[in-house]
Amino acid sequence: MDMDTDIGAVVDVARRKLPREAVITDRARLRTYECDGLAHYRVTPALVVIPEDATQLADIVRACAENGVPYVARGSGTGLSGGALPHADGVLVVTSRMRAITEMRPEDQRAVVEPGVINLDVSRAANPHGYYYAPDPSSQQICSIGGNVAENSGGAHCLKYGFTTNHVLGADFVTSEGDTVALGGDAPDSPGYDLLGAVVGSEGTLGIVTSTTVKLVRLPEQVRTILVGFETTDQAGAATSAIIAAGILPAAIEMMDALAIEAAEAAVHCNYPAGAGAVLVIELDGAAIEVEVEYAEVERMCAENGAFEQRLATDPAERALIWKGRKSAFAAVGRISPDYIVQDGVIPRTALPQVLAAIAELSSSSGVRVANVFHAGDGNLHPLVLFDDEIEGAGEAAERVSGAILDLCIEHGGSITGEHGVGMDKAKYMPRMYTDDDLDTMQMIRCAFDPKNISNPGKIFPTPRLCGEVPGRHKGAHPLQDAGVAEIF
Amino acid sequence: MTTRTLDQTAYDALSSACADVREATDTDHVDTVRPGLVARPTDVQQVAGVLRAATAHRLSVVPRGRGTKMSWGTPPTSADVLLDVSALDQVIDHAAGDLIVSAQAGTPLADVQQAVGSAAQRLAIDETVPGTSIGGLLATNTSGPRRVAVGTARDLLIGITLVRADGVVAKAGGRVVKNVAGYDLGKLMIGSFGTLAVIVEATFRLHPRPSARTWVSAPVSDPTEGQRLVQSLLHSQAVPAAIEIEWGAATGTSTGTSTGVVSVLLEGREDGVAGRVATVRALLGETSTDSSSHQPAGGETYPWDVLAVGDDRSTAFKLTFALSGLSDVLQAATETGVTLRGSAGAGVAYAALAPGTPMDAARTALDRLRHTCTARGGSAVVVDAPTDVKSGLDVWGPVPALDLMSRVKDQFDPDRRLAPGRFVGGL
Repeated sequence: MDMDTDIGAVVDVARRKLPREAVITDRARLRTYECDGLAHYRVTPALVVIPEDATQLADIVRACAENGVPYVARGSGTGLSGGALPHADGVLVVTSRMRAITEMRPEDQRAVVEPGVINLDVSRAANPHGYYYAPDPSSQQICSIGGNVAENSGGAHCLKYGFTTNHVLGADFVTSEGDTVALGGDAPDSPGYDLLGAVVGSEGTLGIVTSTTVKLVRLPEQVRTILVGFETTDQAGAATSAIIAAGILPAAIEMMDALAIEAAEAAVHCNYPAGAGAVLVIELDGAAIEVEVEYAEVERMCAENGAFEQRLATDPAERALIWKGRKSAFAAVGRISPDYIVQDGVIPRTALPQVLAAIAELSSSSGVRVANVFHAGDGNLHPLVLFDDEIEGAGEAAERVSGAILDLCIEHGGSITGEHGVGMDKAKYMPRMYTDDDLDTMQMIRCAFDPKNISNPGKIFPTPRLCGEVPGRHKGAHPLQDAGVAEIF
Repeated sequence: MTTRTLDQTAYDALSSACADVREATDTDHVDTVRPGLVARPTDVQQVAGVLRAATAHRLSVVPRGRGTKMSWGTPPTSADVLLDVSALDQVIDHAAGDLIVSAQAGTPLADVQQAVGSAAQRLAIDETVPGTSIGGLLATNTSGPRRVAVGTARDLLIGITLVRADGVVAKAGGRVVKNVAGYDLGKLMIGSFGTLAVIVEATFRLHPRPSARTWVSAPVSDPTEGQRLVQSLLHSQAVPAAIEIEWGAATGTSTGTSTGVVSVLLEGREDGVAGRVATVRALLGETSTDSSSHQPAGGETYPWDVLAVGDDRSTAFKLTFALSGLSDVLQAATETGVTLRGSAGAGVAYAALAPGTPMDAARTALDRLRHTCTARGGSAVVVDAPTDVKSGLDVWGPVPALDLMSRVKDQFDPDRRLAPGRFVGGL
């Protein structure tokens, strides 16, 4: 911690600028904010503020900047990588009172929302106009748009519709100095660097977004959701590849293996095909006539690849039941294991059979059970690594398997995270995926936005870059070299 | 503009980094500026070597791909070395099953399309300027009609390798579509006109090439009708791949009158497209026509001659606006006498004044268009113009967050040697 850190000065500003109930300093109440969705990391913040508007939020950030106090932004706290883990000597800026949908403009296909707005509420507000907000993380009933922007959240339907970054056009952004600037706007392709593109997915390390202009997407004329049972994950994978190779881009292709199905059955009785070694949930949407044509092809390709049962949801209730099994999968695993790690890695889709085989091998050699749930269409795996923390060493064994799965992803040219973010949890894995030069270059952005390293410090990067060290500004040789004391190779 | 003469040691340093270094000629101009030397590296390490040599000798460097858009943007304040990446022209990897392609920056877009076309796939970026390279299209962020459905380079680029001003090679993203590990450097590079780093490789997400496509077109006679039709298409269930509008001076009518054509592209499977054509024709009315073989006039190109040089060039603008601002923009186009074409369904259009339009008239037109676009949440930028005209125009217009952009530039290129002055705010 810097010598000039002064949380007290920030508390003073907060008490002056914010309503009484929006400033939390009581230790017991502070502790309710000690973690986000990744609950095994816990840090109690020094101060929690819950601003009502962008001006109050900017006032807090400015006070932090002036006093060298770190701050962390938090939406609904559902993140799965510890991205909103508080700083012990810092301020947690909670956006849950900034919940207004300030503009709904279907004629422009735009909505403007505050960061605390719940993801699903944007679609709820847009639906009567025939539109919705496409990114749909599994937590969409509780997660906030601000958090989605920070994490570049995806969801089951990003195979066809893309991620948060593809749906955010503009933002009001509070810099690490507490200044508010407009990034992007209503129209695409704003002149200048695409700073918004850098901010989305930067996990709160560049600043805080206080208003977001999002794209609204026309509700599809028809949606067909199909539940397909296979004997093996290889068959399900082959069917997925056949569908993609045929030039069909479903809204979603989700896969669950036998263990994940067992868990979902136990939890929500979704009535998936009995005895299935794998199921696919395939959703086609779009113009009715196009969906009909594609559906016939998908059904045929599933059959050709060994599907023993195909169920078409014919009404919204049936569709909801199919999705319930899939969307509850993470929590459902709690029914078959006292503890579990939700992993998030990505592989090229064609590597699916090899990687699943390797995960099975890891599992059998270590004795650690792994349930697989994933977005098969885009190769985003969510292995659920099961363990019982009561058993000595079990947690460590699960951690090892979980890490080995990430290594598998990297070996196959994939990524250590497809949608949960790096946060606190995966910073240590970043050097396995990127070189020092890659990470150094990324951190140039950090140094431009937040040279004092106060905006969510300690996340994403295992080693912070000292922003004073500007490459290319080396003037002359090192003093030791000049003095003939040392040579630098 | 005069060029600084490079000393022999600088030349030697560049030559030892890269075998192909020569004096610049008249065809190497970057806008109005004649560079000193041209370096044409054949691999990424040579690119890095050139940039290290340039750093050591404090030389300015302007990257060039296939050289099809060198007169765009603002002229550089200095161009000691033109870094020609056209020899980096390989499609590195096409993973058809994963729908991705990696190519070097100097690879023509057409070569990439040919490589992936064999698997009935495409990189869904229109070739708006013939001959453009991958690096050039990224640096200038060009896009065409298909952006309505699939977006632009920022929606398709999934990995990038770049060489920094100091010669360090770095990458971001990767070979998978879904990836949130680390900052998205690629997006920062898109549209940055070579002012942050030199792009050397890029990886893109591909799309299946549709088996059927049809254009449906209908004439429109006034701005309000144009907007009404476009709104009805946007709100329809036709799922258009493109919604284009053409707008220009009506022939045989009094001055100050413009008319246009709205065109819709439908792509997909045979039966699906046929059904949606019927939907769109019902929306566009009795005067609509459809064609599976012909694109409407202009097709994927801008409403100006992109191959014209010197004073034969049109003064060309890129206009952006909220979707409901279309009628205002068409009205402004009518009043300024520009020919307009673009993605009405995305809020992006291109406009051109006739070649030979004097600077004063161009400035008046730009002011009017910029006023309208800004009022409708967008912007008006000068894409290209004859030298005498461009020198009197504010090419980029007002740019919010310029201070942050300047700080980003200072991090990546602290000595301001990469394409200095080519971009917004003198960056």
